[in-house]
Order: sequence, then C-alpha cells, then structure tokens
Amino acid sequence: MEMEHTNFVYDLIGTNTIAYILLALLPMLFLLPYALVAILGELKISAWIQERLGPMRTGWKGVLQPLAEVVKLLQKEDITPSAVNKPLFNLAPFVMFAGAYAAYAVIPFSSVFIPSGINIGLFYVFAVSAFGVIAIVMGGWASNNKYSLLGAMRAASQMISYEIPIAVTILAIATLAGSLDMQTIIVKQGGGFWNWNLFGGPGGIAKLWVIPFTIILFVVYFVGSLAEINRVPFDIPEGESEIVAGYHTEYSGMKFAMFFFAEYSNMFIVSAIITVLFLGGWQSPFGDFLNGPIWQSLWFVSKAMIFVFMQIWIRWTLPRLRVDQLMHVTWKVMLPISFVAFFAVALWAMLSV
Amino acid sequence: MKYFKDIWTSLYTIFVGLKITGFHLFEKKVTMQYPDLVHPIKDNLIPLNSRNRIEVDMNRCDGCGSCARACPVNCIEVDLVKVTPGDDIPLFYDGKPRKTWVTKYNLDFAKCCFCSLCIEACPTQANRMTQEFEYAEYDRNNLLYMMSPLTPEEAEVKKKMWADYSAAKKKADAEAKAAAEAKAAAEAKANEADKQ
Amino acid sequence: MSEIKTFEIDFGKVHSERMRLNVGPQHPSTHGVLRLEVELEGEIVTEVVPHIGYLHRCFEKHAENMTYPQVIPYIDRMDYIAAMNNELPYVMGMEKLLDIKVNERIEYIRVICAELNRIANHQLAVATFGLDSGAFTPFLFLFRDREMIITLFERLSGGRLLYNYFWIGGLMHEVPPNFEEDCRAIIKQVRATNAETMNLLIYNKIFIERTANVGILPADVAVNFACSGPVIRGSGVPYDIRKTEPYSIYDRFDFNVCVGRGEVGTVGDCWDRNIVRMEEMEESCKIIEQALEQMPKEPCDVREFVPKRIKPPKGEFYSKAENPKGELGFYIISDGGLKPTRVRSRATSFVNLSVLPEISKGYMVADLIMILGSLDIVLGEIDR
Repeated sequence: MEMEHTNFVYDLIGTNTIAYILLALLPMLFLLPYALVAILGELKISAWIQERLGPMRTGWKGVLQPLAEVVKLLQKEDITPSAVNKPLFNLAPFVMFAGAYAAYAVIPFSSVFIPSGINIGLFYVFAVSAFGVIAIVMGGWASNNKYSLLGAMRAASQMISYEIPIAVTILAIATLAGSLDMQTIIVKQGGGFWNWNLFGGPGGIAKLWVIPFTIILFVVYFVGSLAEINRVPFDIPEGESEIVAGYHTEYSGMKFAMFFFAEYSNMFIVSAIITVLFLGGWQSPFGDFLNGPIWQSLWFVSKAMIFVFMQIWIRWTLPRLRVDQLMHVTWKVMLPISFVAFFAVALWAMLSV
Repeated sequence: MKYFKDIWTSLYTIFVGLKITGFHLFEKKVTMQYPDLVHPIKDNLIPLNSRNRIEVDMNRCDGCGSCARACPVNCIEVDLVKVTPGDDIPLFYDGKPRKTWVTKYNLDFAKCCFCSLCIEACPTQANRMTQEFEYAEYDRNNLLYMMSPLTPEEAEVKKKMWADYSAAKKKADAEAKAAAEAKAAAEAKANEADKQ
Repeated sequence: MSEIKTFEIDFGKVHSERMRLNVGPQHPSTHGVLRLEVELEGEIVTEVVPHIGYLHRCFEKHAENMTYPQVIPYIDRMDYIAAMNNELPYVMGMEKLLDIKVNERIEYIRVICAELNRIANHQLAVATFGLDSGAFTPFLFLFRDREMIITLFERLSGGRLLYNYFWIGGLMHEVPPNFEEDCRAIIKQVRATNAETMNLLIYNKIFIERTANVGILPADVAVNFACSGPVIRGSGVPYDIRKTEPYSIYDRFDFNVCVGRGEVGTVGDCWDRNIVRMEEMEESCKIIEQALEQMPKEPCDVREFVPKRIKPPKGEFYSKAENPKGELGFYIISDGGLKPTRVRSRATSFVNLSVLPEISKGYMVADLIMILGSLDIVLGEIDR
C-alpha cells in the first residue's frame, strides 16, 4: 500500500537538491544533542546505581561533562602503530559511523518528518546495520594486534548470528501490518495504546490469544538488539576485562571518538526501531489527544529514550556471556522461539483480514 | 524440559538483579565531596592516631639517633655535635641548657613506610604523627625534609668550635698530666732523699 | 563442550597454527603484574606458562639486616590485602621462640582483627571475581562495605591497609572506644550485603553459566600440588588449619569448615571456590560475635609483655596460620643475635598459582580469566 509521505522540508523548499542535502544533515541536529545526553545519562545512571555521585564538578552537578569528554577526545594525540594496514585502519571508524548514521534516513520522528519515505524502510535499516560488522572486522584486522583480532572475529560471528532472530521478528510485524514501510506500520497502530503491536496490533477482543506471542517477539527483539550493538551482556567484542577493549584497543583520539559516537548512535537506532515496531512509534498513547506533529516527535523520542535507559540499566547489572554460550542462546533458544511466535502472529494476520 | 527451565531461571534471575540495582538508583549515595562539602580533618573523619606526615619538634630533639636506628627503611639521618662550654646555649624543653647541637636531621619522606617505629623509639617524644595528608610536591627533592635548626655554615662553625675546644682540652689535659707526673716524680725523689 | 579437537582437513594449502598470546603484565584482570604466556588453538587454551618476578622486592634478604620488630612492616607488604593475617604467624612464631605468653585480651583482639581482615579479603576476592566476569556493580557494593572495616582499622592502628599493629609480645595500641559497637555494625552490614550479592551475582544464571563446570580441580590434584585455603576447600577437602592444628585461641570458637559441594555444576569448579568464600564470610562473622562475648572487658596494657630487647635464643621455628588465601608459614632461623639469620615465608598464592596450568587446559580464554580470578592470588605474596 503506497502512502503519501508529507515532509515539511519539501513543503517549505520543494523537492530540489538543497532539500535533499538539508534532509541528510537534519538528523545530525538531533544526533549531536542526543549523544551528549546519552553520555551524561550513562555516567550519571551508572554512578547512581553504584551508590556514588558521578561527575559533579563540570557545570552544575556535572551536566557539562559530555562536552568535556568530547573536547578531551578531540585534542588527544592520534597514535597510529607503525605496522598497521593504513587504509583499513584509518577507514574503519568512519565506515562504522557511516553505517550507524545511514539508518537515520528512515527513522520517522513524526508524521510530517521522515527524511526518506521509501516503502522498504525496515529492510533498509536491517541491511545498513551490517556495515558495523565490516567496520569491526576492518578495525580488528588492521590493528596488527592479537587481542583486536580475537575481538573482531568474535564480533563478526556474534553480529551475523543475531541478525536472524531479528529478521524473523521484523517479518512477523511486517505480516501484521502488511507492509515494510515505517509510516504504514505506525499509522496502523493508531487509536490509543491498546492498538499497539505489543498488545497484538489493531483488533478487538479476538486478539487476546496472540498477545503472549507478540510479547515474546518483543523480548526476542530487545535481546537481539543488545547483541547487535555489542552491549553487555553481549559485549564480548570489546570485552573489557578479558581482551582489553578488543577491536578498538589501538585507536585513540578522533577515531576512538568515532567508534564511541557510533555506539551511542546505534543505541538510539535500535531503540527507535523497537518503538516503531512494537510501541506505536510517534502515536500518542491516548488516541487522538495530544497528537499534533510536535507532540508526536516528543512521544517518539521519549519512548526511544526509555529503551536507551533500559540498555544502560542492564549494562550495569549483568555479567557478560561467553562466546559459545552466546551462540547457544541465539541458535538454539531465540531462533526456534521466534519461529514459533512468527507462525502464531502470521496465523492471526491471515485470520483477521 | 531442562531447556524451558533454563530459560525461565535466566529471565527470573535477570529480573531479580534488575530490581536490586533499580532500588539502588534511589538510595542515599555514599560519596563525600571533598573539598567542596567535606574536609576530612576539619570534620573529624581522620582518627587522631592516623599515620600521615611526621612532625618533629626540634626543641625537644637532642640528636640521639634512636629514630634513625629504629627505621626499617633507613630514611632518617641524624648527626650531632657536643655543645662547647662558653657558647651561647639555648634552653632545652625541660628548662636546662642543651648538651648537644643537632647538626643534621634529614627525613626522606619519599622512603618513609609509615610504620611509626620512630615515634615509639624517641626518648624525648620529639616527633609525632599528624593528621595532615595533603603534602604532595611537584619535585621529589622537596620531600627530603631537612629539619636541623642550624644552617650548614653554622653547623660547620659549631663543629669547629667543638673540635678546637676538645683539642685544646686534650692538650691541657696532657700537659696537666705531664705536670702531675713530673710533680709526683719530684715528690717521690724528695721523699727518698728525706729517708736517706 | 570444550575439548581440544584435532582437525584433518586436506585442502592442500590450508594449515592452522597455534597462537601464542601474552596476557599481562599490564592487564585489567591479572591481579597484579603477572604475565601468562598462553598458547591458543582458536579460542581453546592448550598451554599456560606463568611468568612472575615483576614485583620482587627482596623482602627475605632485607629481613636478614633488620631487627626482629623491624621485619614486621615488611611482612605487612607481602599480602597487602589482608595484612593483619600476615603478621599473625610471624608474631606467634617469635613468641614461641622467646617463650612469651600474652594475656587473654590480647589474644582475643588478635583473633577479632584477623577475622575482620578475612572478611575484607573475601569481599575483595568476590568483587574482583565479579569484575572479571563483567558485572561492574557488585564490586562497588562490596568495596563500600570493605571501607567500613578499613576505617575501623584506621582508628585502631593508624594505617588503612598496612598496619604494623601486632607486635612481638603484644599489640601496638589498645582498642579505641566504641570498638565493639563498630564491629557489630560491620557484621550487620556484611550480612545484609552478602544476601544482596547472592541475588545479584552468585545465583545469576549468566554468572552460573560462566563459572560452573569451569576450572575443575579434582581433590587429589589439589592435595598433590599443596594448595590450601578456599582453593582446596572448594574441591571438597575439609582442610582448615584453624580446625586441624588450632593455634592461638581458635579452639574456643564454634564454627564450620566451609567446603564446596558441587551445588551447581561439579565439585571443585570456580563457582564452588567462590561460594566457599561467601560462606566463610558468614563463619567469620560468627567467630567475631563469639569473641566479642568472651573477651575480657577491662582495658589492659597491651605492651606489658613486649620485651625490651628481642634477642631470641639460638634455634629455628616454623609457624603457620590460616590466611584468607590459604596457609601462610614463616620459617625463622635465629643464631642468638638481634637480627634473624633467615626469614623464609611459604607464600600461599605462590603455591596456589602453580596449579593454574594444570586446570586450565581445554578451556577458552574467557574461562582462563575466570579460573585465575577464582584462585585469588596477590602478586605481593608470589614475588615477595
């Protein structure tokens, strides 16, 4: 089903080159403040969980700390070991960030703003997140360091394996909504929080039997997304205590900042996708009340930030898994369960039409 | 069945862990913000017998060197010279005049191991452990505390005075002894002459 | 699950080699400056060679030039995490040589300090074990409680980590006022945090998956390698010097010897060694409570029995005690002078580390880090 995607930039300027360039740069306007807030959030929330105060001296109660961190990373000396493979070494962080940023092209911040409203939005995000794998392997191999190589190999196997349960989840939601287009999926979940895909999507009392399966899909996707962005309990590629920062051991200065930035950017993307798929995207939970364009972007960002908070919370609570246990979890646990849930959801989609 | 039981225990223990850390998010924090809100010495957070910087009261020190002998890492060097009579002597802590000048008292704080054996060894209780913990220096040589009350030139002067005095005394003693021997010999001779 | 597999692939030109990896000496998880040369086949460890000596400070040679009381600060610095327990066997050995018998109150205070230090050590061991596995938060909770013990020791002796408190023939100072209330507050907090740590870390399924059935140390191997402490007790052998050859006044207290039972996984794996440490913290709390009850309440002169000059007769003596990490022994040879001829220390972690190559074959790199953490070594003792 084709949808007319309104985009306030096109309304203002028209569909010309300047509009395209503006649309490519506009998410950066969101991403930079978000990264500062996310870094501050990670520092402060991890400190509060551990009963300490975190940064308190930079600015009022430490709110300028992320700025200080950025300045510190930018002014650090860029040390490149002599025996590295120079083209790969220099390109790896930027490929990683390119993969993380390219997905912003299809994130729907509100009903009037989506930078590129292609009708295979979900598939595009899924494909672009594979850039991360390439970048990690490039960085690990080019560093001429056995630890980095270990980290890169583990990362490659981890990220590729976890894409499969995620793909099955996306397929299930796509069958429910009938399209891969982001805005279509969101619009179908309109009308209050009971119509969200987490609770079975639109439908009457007959959808109660499918709610457990959508909740299972939600959990599977959340766990898979943690593995995609290499956070604890799946942060083996950068497994701090064992292989001392893994694939980004040898990076310093701006390139390390790029890896760092790409990780936080990735965190937002997977949180955004999970809100689009399961929590109704920019739909307000009260139906049509508070549903103007500005309110919509507020709802969207706050729902995504809840998931960013959950990722930070989980990071500081759980130990990390070993590589073979990680493989066991994805191939033997998440894959069969997601197949079963997909089958149930597809049945419901077929029956309810 | 073990398969499903494992999945259930995993999710359950993860939620228990999350609940514990979630509660800790809102509990009182234990950080003491130094130096803005809390200063350990003024707020009595450091006990009185805590082992930090050593302070030596040079008025009470007589240079005996017990602390240097007691130190396990040899960080104290003490040197003394006796007071020449007739010199301008300051008073000791117990009101009596000093018997010795302490010409050298070097405490190398870079080597000190904070065992407080030197405090136990001092017979006049000249040194003590203070609570002061902020004594870091930029240059390692500044950690060598040279606490002698005499400057090196004055120390040389005092040493020379004592050396001269003891040399003169020795000479006078030797002369007196020779004179006494000569007198005794003369008396013995006179006695013998008397007897005969 | 983790066996060494031999491959027979004949592609003509493909061959695989074993990789030599250096873990340390600068590494966040080797507890000190330890270098492990690890030979890997993919991710499986085939050989481990520990290289030590990066922290060697010639303690035993120094001790030949120091008088007997001056040796005590050097002994503190061996196992710098639990320093009171280090001083105890040396002081007991010297008192046997000099034929000094201290009074009851001094003995009770020594036992209380030793047990408090045992709790502090186990807190650090469990915390760093969690840190090696990736759980960052229990580390901070346990260190917050360890801080309570350390501030109490600062009020007691003046030092936070290294004390010079046990003297030959007595102690250095009398206990501060409010010592008993502080001890009871510490015990209460330790019990509360232990209950929390059980839920947060020990019974967490991910942690169990990481540590159960990993680094299995059979009981006969442990005995043959002369391991001691939680390492051998985790394999099911109930060897605790406080029970088998009681020293000081340990025969007056009622406590259990904690032994690994293979609750999750097999007997003698990393989880068992860890749970032995958690349970020993509880046993130490019991001992401290009993000691506080039984102790004579009148303050006394703790330097009453300290001799003016320590000049033991000619002879030699081996005294041992149950350190938190295992058995620590001192072999002192004296020739009748003011300075010892030889002070030889049988360091716990040195012997415990020797079992590492044996039990880590066939496991993965991540497991090797966990096994090293469960042995609970401190390089100050190994290198002396």
